Amino acid sequence: MFPANFGYVAARSVEEATELLAKYGEEAKLLAGGHSLIPAMKLRLASPRHLIDLGRVPGLSGIKVDGETLSIGALTVHADVASSDLARHRLPGLAEAASVIGDVQVRNRGTIGGSVAHADPAADFPVILTALDASFVLQGRFGRRTVAAPDFFLDFYTTALAPDEVLTEIRVPLPSSGSGTAYAKLPHPASGYVVVSAAALVVRDPSGRCVSAAVAIGGMGSRPQRAAATEASLHGQPLTPEVIAAAAAKASEGTDPESDLYASADYKRHIATVYARQAIETAASRK
Amino acid sequence: MNDERITVGITVNGVTHRAVVEPRTLLVYFLREQLGLTGTHVGCDTSQCGACTVHLNGRAVKSCTIFAVQADGAEITTIEGLARDSALHPVQEGFREKHGLQCGYCTPGMIMSAVHLLQANPRPTDAEIKHALEGNICRCTGYVNIVEAVKWAAERMRGDHVSR
Ligand SMILES: Cc1cc2nc3c(=O)[nH]c(=O)nc-3n(C[C@H](O)[C@H](O)[C@H](O)COP(=O)(O)OP(=O)(O)OC[C@H]3O[C@@H](n4cnc5c(N)ncnc54)[C@H](O)[C@@H]3O)c2cc1C
Ligand code: FES
Ligand code: FES
Repeated sequence: MFPANFGYVAARSVEEATELLAKYGEEAKLLAGGHSLIPAMKLRLASPRHLIDLGRVPGLSGIKVDGETLSIGALTVHADVASSDLARHRLPGLAEAASVIGDVQVRNRGTIGGSVAHADPAADFPVILTALDASFVLQGRFGRRTVAAPDFFLDFYTTALAPDEVLTEIRVPLPSSGSGTAYAKLPHPASGYVVVSAAALVVRDPSGRCVSAAVAIGGMGSRPQRAAATEASLHGQPLTPEVIAAAAAKASEGTDPESDLYASADYKRHIATVYARQAIETAASRK
Repeated sequence: MNDERITVGITVNGVTHRAVVEPRTLLVYFLREQLGLTGTHVGCDTSQCGACTVHLNGRAVKSCTIFAVQADGAEITTIEGLARDSALHPVQEGFREKHGLQCGYCTPGMIMSAVHLLQANPRPTDAEIKHALEGNICRCTGYVNIVEAVKWAAERMRGDHVSR
């Protein structure tokens, strides 16, 4: 319950944070909402010698429209994503995912940037952001780059972030009219984290035919996976319950989940099809 | 390096305290041990139980999962800050009226979460109350009377109750 002591710096700018990361190297960690890092420090699963707090860096939180993109500051807390009118109207699946993370207190502190940087395979944001084709703006000492979701989430707790980089912004393309998004989650009854979850984006033409679909599944491996067979089955089809059910039945194709104390691999493969269907149906019902 | 101390200024229940803390001092221990405000409890070491819930700049948060240094400059309200003179807060009264507690261990956190809910939503449904209290675990009362207590308080705070 008592973390090992550490040196603390409240960074005043992203530049200062990247300089400090370079200076301290492996011994330092960035601190955002602290809701993954501090629990690990309390159990001494993590004992960084330096914490660089991003919490006081101005301009890192907030949600705004930037052309055809929703721009979300890395320090935006889950509760503000969940309650954002912009997110709820334009990307309801994103607001939905934010609203089922942990509990009220966790959502009041945890940040979207911390969640994706942590890349817990049982986290919610990586799944919906994979379906929505989000990209991540990474600021290092010598410049900034933008990395797309499939190149960002690499493995268990592993992302494309370089040791001196700070994630500053999450960019989500705003879907065209005629599209719908949704997120469906089977939470672990004790921890609340994802057992299996599914995120869907469907784009329809005026006749209701699906012109493109993106479906991502969480909880099945080290990172979110796109359900390519499901997406292909939706393409060009009218989004009837039969078409959706047949497509969702393929949601766990190509996945290889591990059995754990709560859910066997077979159960996970089955439940992925159920939640995929739910997410696609909800997305298809949204204007 | 690791004997660093930092001076913070934290306003708790309207009073600003300047104090020296280790960076690793969790807000809950700052409140309990440095300020003697032991109404805020510690019920777990996994950030799950919510017994440590306080308001930080108006939002319910788990004070066991925040370093005191992160709260430098912030306004904190703890369970001790709810009563006005000798009058309990309506949510406190509700827990008493509706038997919303047995051992009382979870109660300060439950009440802080409920107050946070009612500030944003004066007319919550049962489902909304349960969703708002998901981060607070009670091991002995059960949740039925806790939900009743919050509903009782909501009515009082709206002023549309018929007198007892
Ligand atoms: C009780 C509980 C229940 C939870 N339930 C869920 C759940 O159901 N679903 C879910 O998805 N999550 C859940 N979480 C985790 C929560 O969402 C965390 O807030 C999130 O995983 C981390 O965000 P943070 O801002 O708290 O990051 P921190 O804990 O501050 O940081 C996490 C990691 O990311 C790094 N980091 C943080 N910000 C940046 C940045 N901008 N750039 C680069 N690196 C950065 C840090 O160095 C650290 O390694 C839960 C947490 C708790 C305590
Ligand atoms: S003491 Fe249990 S959540 Fe804070
Ligand atoms: S009253 Fe005993 S834990 Fe809730």
